[in-house]
Amino acid sequence: MNPHIALLNPLWEPFVNNAFLRNALLASSLVAIICAVAGTYVVLRGFSFVGDALAHGVIPGIAIALLLGVPGVVGAALGAVLMMGGVSAITSKVRLSSDTGIGLLFVGMLSLGVIITSRSTSFVGDITRILFGELLGVQSRDLVWQVVVLVVVVAIAVFAHRPFVLMSLDEGLARTSGFSVTFFHGLMLTMVGLAVVGSFQLVGTLLVLGMLIAPAAAGALVARRVSTMMLSAIAFGVASSYVGLVTSYHFDVAAGASIVFTSVYVFIIVAIVTIPRRMLGHRELPHQHEHTH
Amino acid sequence: MNFRTNTSTLTDMITTANAITATRLQVGHGLHSVVHDIDLEVQSGGLLVLIGTNGSGKSTLLKTLAGLLPALSGSVSVLGEVPGALPKRVAYLPQHPVSSHTLPLRARDVVAMGRYAHLGLFRRESDTDRRAVSDAITRTGTIDFADQPLRNLSGGQQQRTHLAQVLTRHAEVLLLDEPTAGLDLNGKQSVADIIAAERSRGVAVVLATHDLQDAVAATSVMLLAQRVVAYGPPDHALSDDNIRECFGFTQPH
Repeated sequence: MNPHIALLNPLWEPFVNNAFLRNALLASSLVAIICAVAGTYVVLRGFSFVGDALAHGVIPGIAIALLLGVPGVVGAALGAVLMMGGVSAITSKVRLSSDTGIGLLFVGMLSLGVIITSRSTSFVGDITRILFGELLGVQSRDLVWQVVVLVVVVAIAVFAHRPFVLMSLDEGLARTSGFSVTFFHGLMLTMVGLAVVGSFQLVGTLLVLGMLIAPAAAGALVARRVSTMMLSAIAFGVASSYVGLVTSYHFDVAAGASIVFTSVYVFIIVAIVTIPRRMLGHRELPHQHEHTH
Repeated sequence: MNFRTNTSTLTDMITTANAITATRLQVGHGLHSVVHDIDLEVQSGGLLVLIGTNGSGKSTLLKTLAGLLPALSGSVSVLGEVPGALPKRVAYLPQHPVSSHTLPLRARDVVAMGRYAHLGLFRRESDTDRRAVSDAITRTGTIDFADQPLRNLSGGQQQRTHLAQVLTRHAEVLLLDEPTAGLDLNGKQSVADIIAAERSRGVAVVLATHDLQDAVAATSVMLLAQRVVAYGPPDHALSDDNIRECFGFTQPH
């Protein structure tokens, strides 16, 4: 074989030789796409904290499901629904600053999840799986489930794109344009909840926020339009999945955390690389303004 | 819109003469009342200017007319319907803080969002929509920076972008909250020209401001200070006593 190509072998050989790694790459790419689509609106709306709350809110549900021997996804889905109710109640009614309320809700749910799990005989294994995921144990059944989540998340994005973008700019604008803010707010929470439920088995509830936020935030830095932001987020997310998995294979480190860590440092690199352009943009304008007057 | 104006008959005029009517209207946030006993009328082509300091209730009244806040008591109708019922025919310009948000939207995209009320969830932009957007961009001078991201724009440029967005709606009622804030003299004049042009095609305009200059062209003026200090034609409402009462001892700027 050509020695130059052989040098690159470590980049694909792991996937050729190991079916479980191929599954993991497929699953984490699906998760990356799901999170990029949902995360784009989360970042646009400045909703990161809500995403975090939803991700932690599902923990008790998963813990109960595991104790009862029911699939974790079922518990996560129920937990997400409860948490969405809690978050929307807090964001719409409570006078306490909503980040305090949401913060309390999410540490409350996290500690409840740990308490429930501590009743299990395999406490450490269970809690590790919930918090950090189990990327290398992905089954084909999980892949089917993720494809379903992807289809629903994309369908919501297509359906609600205009009101979601209006709401990112100004909620009142969405309302005076004839869209129900209550309905679309709920729909956005549902989309984020679905993304969390579809992703936690791989990267864990603690790390799913990274997949939701980092690629979309990097996308926001390079893009001038929402559509390009979403496509860039997908590209950053899928690339991070691949790089994270290869790193995890060769250095024998945790796969889910490698992927999330990669997506965060990709964001940092993008932020640094785009500094000149963003600064230039700011300086160009007054100059241009003078010209026209 | 064109259909309505072209075919207005006598009966049409009688039933639609008042674009906005409020009777004993009380506005506020939740249980907190800000201004009560507001009576007002704005006719097609009319300009009502709301004047008051921050917290006087002018923004609260505008939000109520836009359907963003429920009326606490009394009655109010906009084009014969409850506020907020006619998104295609009523456009509202909120008081915009300068956005430092990282939204990846160009000024042009923000302007085009004004057409969403007509387009709904799925309908694709037609030539009419595109023309509405490019006209508004030209009229407001937004064209100078239309392809720049919103986040790179100055406060005044963002203000003009949002005004352009409101104009794309081709509404019959415009509710404008401090549209001249952050604009230089040229900018203020061009906003006044735009309002005059809109009125000449039959649009009713309600404008909130703390700048007495904005009231010059008004058909009626309402001075607010958490209550209605005065309401009527400008030369009547803008008496020295009323102005002093409206602004307290602080000098209007």
